Amino acid sequence: MTKKTIKVDYLARVEGEGGLYIKMKDDAVVDVKLKIFEPPRFFEALLRGRDFKEAPDITARICGICPVAYQMSAVHAMENALGVKVKGPLRDLRRLLYCGEWIESHTLHIYMLHAPDFLGYPDAIKMAKDHKEIVERGLKLKKAGNQIVSLLGGREIHPINVRVGGFYKVFPKKDFESLIETLKWAREAALETVRWTAQLPFPEFEQDYEFVALHNPEEYPFNEGRIISNRGLDIDCSEYEDHFQESHVEHSNALHSVLKKRGAYFVGPMARYSLNFDQLSPMVREAALEAGLQKECRNPFKSIVIRSVEVLYACDEALRILGSYEKPERPYIPVEPKEGVGFSCTEAPRGILYHHYRLDEQGKILDAKIVPPTSQNQKTIENDLWKFVPQHIHLPQEELTWQCEQAIRNYDPCISCATHFLKLDIERT
Amino acid sequence: MSEPESTFLIIGVGNLYRSDDAVGILIARKLKGMVLDRVSVKEQSGEGTSLMEAWKGFGRVLIVDAASSGASPGSVHCLDASREPIPSKFFSCSTHNFGVAEAIELARTLNQLPGHLQLFGIEGKNFQPGEMLSAEVEQAMELVVGEILQTISSLS
Repeated sequence: MTKKTIKVDYLARVEGEGGLYIKMKDDAVVDVKLKIFEPPRFFEALLRGRDFKEAPDITARICGICPVAYQMSAVHAMENALGVKVKGPLRDLRRLLYCGEWIESHTLHIYMLHAPDFLGYPDAIKMAKDHKEIVERGLKLKKAGNQIVSLLGGREIHPINVRVGGFYKVFPKKDFESLIETLKWAREAALETVRWTAQLPFPEFEQDYEFVALHNPEEYPFNEGRIISNRGLDIDCSEYEDHFQESHVEHSNALHSVLKKRGAYFVGPMARYSLNFDQLSPMVREAALEAGLQKECRNPFKSIVIRSVEVLYACDEALRILGSYEKPERPYIPVEPKEGVGFSCTEAPRGILYHHYRLDEQGKILDAKIVPPTSQNQKTIENDLWKFVPQHIHLPQEELTWQCEQAIRNYDPCISCATHFLKLDIERT
Repeated sequence: MSEPESTFLIIGVGNLYRSDDAVGILIARKLKGMVLDRVSVKEQSGEGTSLMEAWKGFGRVLIVDAASSGASPGSVHCLDASREPIPSKFFSCSTHNFGVAEAIELARTLNQLPGHLQLFGIEGKNFQPGEMLSAEVEQAMELVVGEILQTISSLS
């Protein structure tokens, strides 16, 4: 009888730190534990007693990679609680800001964190020695996203221009002129990225997931839509807690999110793409099909191609919005505080981000609940490893360990959102 | 926008809600409040590629961040990044895997390092969510502000 334990104490190239422990016996996996050490729900506690207007800027601090997502979920939930609906050009500007964040976040993951796996490099620094031009293209493409976020968000790091009801400041059309030129280049670079990632070597690993994403028949989802799945879920954001629950697992301080009576589900680019292919713009649909993707993708290793497709969409959508942009008459809709409860889900780069707030009559926050996408994917990541490891059990320890880490990186887990630090251990006994 | 080579750039790196990880940002804010001549101050979260953008065009750059190398809390590390490689686990307190050390080494590979790049790392004690600095780090903060002011004056 052979016993094997793979142990990796530190998960490289995920946002934050992660831990994984896998135990095998006679070529069978007997245990998989993705360990996440979650601190007390610090931000939910921090929000209690604060004014509703403070939520976007406080929650933006949860993650340096996706502050816009936190701001967007916060403002939509507050507007839901206070009976306000932001439409027209202000709504378009929010989509534009989200395009910037998707470009930044996805490009960082594609080029700096995920591509080295496929090309056999331990990190982007080593990769850059042999693929200088590719890495430089990635850096420049990411910068196009930064340019959107810096301009519209007021600054590059932790944008401050977003407020409940709209923005603090909106800009005349001429301020976007150089951005339009940058985005035209970025769209071409994104198309090259789709073609480049499509020819990377992918292991055969199709899985039968329940995909969950926002859906809106009129557009590819960023800020709004019903929460749907490929197994019949179709709910409003206000019903989220009726259908999803977070449960504590012994090996991790984090909460695992599951669909009630159904279990694990999958959020993020692959779910969004598979549930919203028809909502992509025609040139993006064409690029995806040319790259060899189907209308649905169930191999998580191909998520690097899907992310590239979404970067292309974000560039194309940003250009569409800017093409018809006229400065809104006023930067925001005035919002009066009142007692209420508000819910929202928006599509963070890594998947749906749920916010729920309860306000008193002065608009002070009584309760806050935040469910980031990485918590929602955690169980699915473990399930992938249960299936992936037996198929590759013949590999030498070091290679199997690397491939397991790669399987985790497929999800671009943002552990700084879900938790604090995550350590990874893989063990064969 | 290109910056004059003579401008000295100070970048404070950190997260205000991660206890001692805030120290780089707090130092940056202190220095910004002093309105120093020919000194530019920026704040960064520590995400590496943004950091590489932030220092573009500057000839002299000083980065100040919390460190987690195993030394005693409040110790101050001073590294000349233009001359020596930065151990990648040095700033492992950051929640960004492509962080300060990686940005410096990638920039070195791509010939994008500023001519002079100095790094101050203040060894942290607590990186849990919170808004308070440890006493050791708070004390070190004052020392580092003094060191930075001295560095600036020696160059001008």
